[in-house]
Amino acid sequence: MYAALWRILPGPWWVRVLILVILAAAVLYGLFFYAFPWISEIVNPQEVTVQ
Amino acid sequence: MDDAATPEGAGPDAPESGAPKRRSARATKPRRRASVIGVLGELLLTAGVVMLLYVGWQLWIGDVIYGAERSAQAQEQSEQWQQQYEEQAAASPSATPGTPGTPAPADTTADPVILPEPADAEIFGIMHIPRFGPDYQVNIAGGITRPRTLDPIGIGHYPGTQMPGEMGNFALAAHRTTWGKPFNRIADLHVGDAIVIETPDGWYTYRFRTLEYVKPSAVDVLLPVPQATDVAANGRYLTMTSCSPMYSLAERIVAYSIFDSFTPRSAGAPSSLNGTA
Repeated sequence: MYAALWRILPGPWWVRVLILVILAAAVLYGLFFYAFPWISEIVNPQEVTVQ
Repeated sequence: MDDAATPEGAGPDAPESGAPKRRSARATKPRRRASVIGVLGELLLTAGVVMLLYVGWQLWIGDVIYGAERSAQAQEQSEQWQQQYEEQAAASPSATPGTPGTPAPADTTADPVILPEPADAEIFGIMHIPRFGPDYQVNIAGGITRPRTLDPIGIGHYPGTQMPGEMGNFALAAHRTTWGKPFNRIADLHVGDAIVIETPDGWYTYRFRTLEYVKPSAVDVLLPVPQATDVAANGRYLTMTSCSPMYSLAERIVAYSIFDSFTPRSAGAPSSLNGTA
């Protein structure tokens, strides 16, 4: 899977590394700001109120 | 295994046609075609990394992100109120005897302005606690639901309880862990610590008195006189609830404070904000 990704990327190795770093940053951003907050509401029950 | 087997001529049927073809296929494209097992393994590894990232986000990075966001939002809100006040003061100069900006020699106090109860998720105040650092400022909004108030805004006001400065009980709730954890250090408060609620009208200073640990069903901490049924309001209390122990649903931690003074916006920020008084 990752080997295939490496092969389909264009350019010399450092261009590929650059592209991968940018991709990884984008994935991390999506996880930290969208995916994880959404998951947190579902899997992390937290009650701070008395009722 | 195959290399050891084929030269021996284990398959006498057609060794010349079978073995070289297989070997050449291996030599030209080793692991070219991703096997199902290989892809599955990579997916599982990725899932493991994502789960570790989630734990890191939940326990650390998320709080850094949200904490900074909360503080910035409250800062912005505070500046907006100050600007509104200054515009109003400029429009009607007769109404402002003191020029804003000049520090008052002593804190000017007044009878507290009582705000109407806010709508759900409506921001009406900012909490400052000098004990938690000069940057500690979190917006307070109406309602105590997680999706509308506690997660996106910070601190929530129990509907039906009193407002800042009002006789009775001004009751708030916020996260102690995760989501910027506004009440994370609630157990570090010292007796007499200032808890300052800023609103468009000014600053309400409360003084911390005591902590208590209760069951989640202990709604009587929200009564006008906390935990005292059928007693008319006899003072101005601030009650803050959060989870206890941290990361647990088992109990609630409750911090009680008592109203100290109200400083109108025209008098400038009170000295209790500096943490010295």
